[in-house]
Amino acid sequence: MAKFDLTDDSVVCIIGSGAGGGTLGNELAQKGIKVVILEAGGRHEIADFINDEWASFTQLAWADARTTSGTWRVAHDFPNLPAWIVKAVGGTTTHWAGASLRFQDYEFRARTTYGQVAGANLLDWPITLADMEPWYAKAEDKMGTTGTNGIPRLPGNNNYKVLEAGAKKLGYKEVHTGNMSINSQPRHERGACQQIGFCFQGCKSGAKWSTLYTEIPAGEATGNLEVRPNSMVVHIEHDASGKVAGVVYVDADGKTQRQKARLVAVAGNSLESPRLLLNSASGKFPNGLANSSGQVGRNYMRHLTGSVYGVFDKPVHMYRGTTMAGIVRDEAPNNPKRGFVGGYELETLSLGLPFMAAFLNPGGWGRSLTSALDDYENMAGLWIVGEDMPQETNRVTLDPKVKDKNGMPVASVHYDDHPNDLAMRAHAYRQGSAIYEAVGAVRTFPTPPYPSTHNLGTNRMSANPRDGVVNKWGQTHDIKNLFVSDGSQFTSGAACNPTLTIVALAIRQADTIAGMMGRKDI
Amino acid sequence: MREVDKRTRVSRRVFLRTGATAVPAAAAAAAGMTIGAEESWAQSAMTLKPHTMATLARMARDIYPHDRLADVYYIKAVGGYDAMAAKDAKLAKLIEDGVAALDAAAQKSQKTTYVMVPWENDRVALLTAQEKSPLFQKLHGDLLVTLYNNPEVWTKFGYEGSSADKGGYINRGFNDINWLPQA
Repeated sequence: MAKFDLTDDSVVCIIGSGAGGGTLGNELAQKGIKVVILEAGGRHEIADFINDEWASFTQLAWADARTTSGTWRVAHDFPNLPAWIVKAVGGTTTHWAGASLRFQDYEFRARTTYGQVAGANLLDWPITLADMEPWYAKAEDKMGTTGTNGIPRLPGNNNYKVLEAGAKKLGYKEVHTGNMSINSQPRHERGACQQIGFCFQGCKSGAKWSTLYTEIPAGEATGNLEVRPNSMVVHIEHDASGKVAGVVYVDADGKTQRQKARLVAVAGNSLESPRLLLNSASGKFPNGLANSSGQVGRNYMRHLTGSVYGVFDKPVHMYRGTTMAGIVRDEAPNNPKRGFVGGYELETLSLGLPFMAAFLNPGGWGRSLTSALDDYENMAGLWIVGEDMPQETNRVTLDPKVKDKNGMPVASVHYDDHPNDLAMRAHAYRQGSAIYEAVGAVRTFPTPPYPSTHNLGTNRMSANPRDGVVNKWGQTHDIKNLFVSDGSQFTSGAACNPTLTIVALAIRQADTIAGMMGRKDI
Repeated sequence: MREVDKRTRVSRRVFLRTGATAVPAAAAAAAGMTIGAEESWAQSAMTLKPHTMATLARMARDIYPHDRLADVYYIKAVGGYDAMAAKDAKLAKLIEDGVAALDAAAQKSQKTTYVMVPWENDRVALLTAQEKSPLFQKLHGDLLVTLYNNPEVWTKFGYEGSSADKGGYINRGFNDINWLPQA
């Protein structure tokens, strides 16, 4: 395994080891480029994962302080936990459910397709589906996405069968077990899904793709990749010319270190990445790095989300098998006749009893809540993944008071639901309930959004440097050797789980960076 | 479909081999511990008053009432406060003050202590009036873990807990639903 010197200014330094950073690190390492990945969290391997919701949450979740404001219910229910994402090697690819959907063509052209939406800061991506198709194909092959590359789809579990039966009764046509980066058969030295049912707690069989046990060891095997866990980056430094020169981080022992670098790629997710750029303000860049547009931290998106649980008069045992076991796609297209632009997916979801008690109706108590939990084994559940509107005022800023243990201001997340989001969520609640009622649900629950897992848009891609933070390669408009490699690049959110697009962008970005470095452009 | 056996299983060895404080809730349930019996707290509560412990357990049941759970699961859920209060005077005061306030309200409207108010609806009305109180907030949040994060409780709800150690559900009923109408 490689070990690079802190003073080695020829390395690419990547901050974060999830879908973006972990993939970029391996791809660069495969091309012979020296890479240091700094990961804030610890390294927990498959054997360490725990089939227990609270214990696993304690092991993996990013629990460092954050603050919230805005009209979204998360700010009320979970004021210090705006996001349910991971602080560990592999990032949130340890926790993700595995859904791997390509954007539709028009979803890269949100502003053109949806037109002017009052209060929204819509913008077209500077790239098209045609640009992305070859990279999506590489990502699907890398991740072993079912329904692509001749890989069969997963078998449906009980929760899926309820969704499918109800959806078909309602007349929905595109209903299947999804495009999942979970092996339905052994592939790439990983086994097939054992229907364990703790996808969110780290896959104990390794059937689900995670950078932790795919990209990262593959990169390490080249001798070009070093991953440093428990390394919290606090500051990115630049030289007199304004190029970034290295990063300052606090290591596992609490010591401050300085890693020099030829290029820095930020992949700490849409809350930490803008926070780091803002915390890296300097005399030359008083508003933070790469922030001449003022867009760093803005246009925060999180998919509108929400869940519907239905109770039946007979058992379902929804927790058995893959958590996200199937999808209804008929509501995904843009059909403004429904009273909103954009669309949404309905995907099965289940929680164990402990998290169901915490999330079904946060703040609730008494028999309204407990009679629902009494029917836990008779429940089926789905999750709504809908495109939310980017708004300039939905943003990550530095909290003026709260600091982390390194003395750095924490991320403060402000989010107001847009009227389009509220209209879409209401529609999705109705349709989700109708699906379950069509097959005999006796009670349904429109469950509010959980802390965000799809955090997007806070360093968005734009053709014009005035409108966003990075160009079509994820390179910041302002600093040519500073890149963004995570979901914060997203110009708009689409009605898709974001990981496949993050991975495809990272593979593409590695190709671009290698070319630029080869040509000595950076 | 493979259903979950929800019966409480108590091994006689539990009684023979473990001390009272380590008795699993299921075993204690079989032994007949109940919330109302303050004398049962008299032997175990060291810092908080036995009446306070009984009130906490009654509050726990009224906040998250499940008729399928014997009192002892609620007793276990709040049992840890006594030891915590021994080390944390602020917590001890928060709890004792909260219980005193609840009892004062109960005396005013029901002429008795909270624990002794016979109808759940009347106790719920008293709790609703104290929803913003530090004690209610603390119990409401803590119980999500102390009550529901208990494998003995999971079984009662048909939730089977960890699964990787049992080979997942691939051969244990992940797709065995048999009552759905044919699409």
